[in-house]
Amino acid sequence: MGSINLKQVTKDFGDVSVIKPIDLAIKDGEFIVFVGPSGCGKSTLLRMIAGLEDTTSGNIEIDGQDATDTPPAKRGLAMVFQSYALYPHMSVRNNIAFPLKRAKVSKAEIEKKIASVTKTLNLSDYLDRKPGQLSGGQRQRVAIGRAIVRQPSAFLFDEPLSNLDASLRVNMRLEISELHKTLATTMIYVTHDQVEAMTMADRIAVFNAGIIEQVGSPLELYNTPVNKFVAGFIGSPKMNFIAVEPTATDATCCLGIRPEHITISTTSGTWPGKVGVIEHLGSETFLHVHVEGKATFTVKAGGDCPYVYGDNIYLSAVENKMLHFDAAGITLPQQHASLVAI
Amino acid sequence: MATSNSRTLARLMLFPSVVLLLAWMLVPLCMTLYFSFLDYNLLTPGNNAFIGFLNYEFFLTDPAFFASFFNTILLVGGVLLITLGGGIGLAILLDQAIWGRNYVRIMVLAPFFVMPTVSALVWKNMLMNPVNGLFAHFATWLGMSPIDFFAQIPLLSIIIIVSWQWLPFAALILLTSIQSLDREQLDAADLDGAGPFSKFYYIVLPHLSRAITAVILIETIFLLSIFAEILVTTSGGPGYESTNITYLIYTQSLLQFDVGGGSAGGIVAVIIANIVAIFLMRLIGKNLED
Repeated sequence: MGSINLKQVTKDFGDVSVIKPIDLAIKDGEFIVFVGPSGCGKSTLLRMIAGLEDTTSGNIEIDGQDATDTPPAKRGLAMVFQSYALYPHMSVRNNIAFPLKRAKVSKAEIEKKIASVTKTLNLSDYLDRKPGQLSGGQRQRVAIGRAIVRQPSAFLFDEPLSNLDASLRVNMRLEISELHKTLATTMIYVTHDQVEAMTMADRIAVFNAGIIEQVGSPLELYNTPVNKFVAGFIGSPKMNFIAVEPTATDATCCLGIRPEHITISTTSGTWPGKVGVIEHLGSETFLHVHVEGKATFTVKAGGDCPYVYGDNIYLSAVENKMLHFDAAGITLPQQHASLVAI
Repeated sequence: MATSNSRTLARLMLFPSVVLLLAWMLVPLCMTLYFSFLDYNLLTPGNNAFIGFLNYEFFLTDPAFFASFFNTILLVGGVLLITLGGGIGLAILLDQAIWGRNYVRIMVLAPFFVMPTVSALVWKNMLMNPVNGLFAHFATWLGMSPIDFFAQIPLLSIIIIVSWQWLPFAALILLTSIQSLDREQLDAADLDGAGPFSKFYYIVLPHLSRAITAVILIETIFLLSIFAEILVTTSGGPGYESTNITYLIYTQSLLQFDVGGGSAGGIVAVIIANIVAIFLMRLIGKNLED
């Protein structure tokens, strides 16, 4: 229980088509992340799955049942919102109990469920506080608690970590992943942060302008992106793109190479360049290298990088790690490095 | 404004206006207090003897005082009830996305801009008049005998008129409060299985509590001193049926020329207003904190 099927789902706001026909099968117990730039329709699709937005055309199936026109409460889904959407005048206890009370669960049963949920989420000491008296992370946990307590068939997360500071975000990321392993419930997670997507997801769906560009496991997307958009969106720092002239035998318009697939040499290499800003992260170093006539390259080097600003160096790509894109940005089948004339 | 020099200067420059405001308030209050202990009647000038609490005794034991006291409570309570109930309903309606919403909002606010005497006259002559009024025409059209509003239900008629004036105020304050409600909370309540009634009761109403408090406090202060509507419609009658304390003080001092008695009534009104204010702040003022 917890499989969700989207069949040719679309959404229009007036004349603007926000979601173009989308097909997606989400398996039971899967952690799927919708990722994409802001305004790409990922949150809208999540709200459509939740039932908070009407579907213009197409079908949404939950557990094999058509739920396109089912009201939100009857879909058996729970959602965690970006602003947490806690009820500010209710205590933590009443916030978590609210969905149960609406579902007319008996008092004793409610007490039991609250006790077990608050224990899992370390909230037992805060039961009688109001949301306004809690920190960001605790509010986040209450919101998750309110979702868990209903034992939904799937959880929907709408950018739940974007209001937290960086260190807390890393912690909550782990907690949510941990929670997914314990509950083994389907989770749909919307974010614009590709790091969250890569670290948490079983599968990632990359959205762009109302369509899904690619669905796959994090490493699939990282190693074999279907087009330039996915290649550029997944991975941090971003992939380097080099424009090339297509020839009669080779349709390649653009080459893509990840920062870690570039080697640096002081004597010889494919691209001569000048070292720009250097970012030392301790374990690794990112160099921004200006290549004459080409773009600025981001190169990943080890932590003990000897170069300084203004050094002249040579860059070369690791063999077979270069991606080729045609004029439309579609990835071309892998070609041998020696065929590439630069 | 940090150095002691600038602070002294600030106090110095504030001084004249503070003194002026204080005098503006204190001089009339002290004079009223002083007059309230005198036998000061404009019909028998010259002999303003000190008579102690006799004015208060007369005012407080006058049957008219009790009648007008309860009328004041009914008037304030009735108008609060109608404006809050109607205001919440109107605010929810005005919050819906309808065509020409901005114009509707301005139109709804219009009664608040009409001065009290004018709106009372409009109601008296155009709507509630038993012969020519719209309500009378409507009643005869239905085959009923028209109600003579100001003779049969004088206090209720005044409550209706005053409510009409204050409804836009309440609706507007409550509307701004509704608009500040986080829509994600309503979405969350949707997913939690709350129906329209539950959503209103558990989410919208608690969110409105602060605005409701503000409306009650502000309206009470103004409604305690309703005067113009009574003067132009019923003149407090028939009998004392539509006399409130403010109007009673007016009859005492300006129709019976009893300045001493009127002043005593004025001091009583000040005390009552303060009791109400303290009572209200204790009861609902905590909503305004945190």
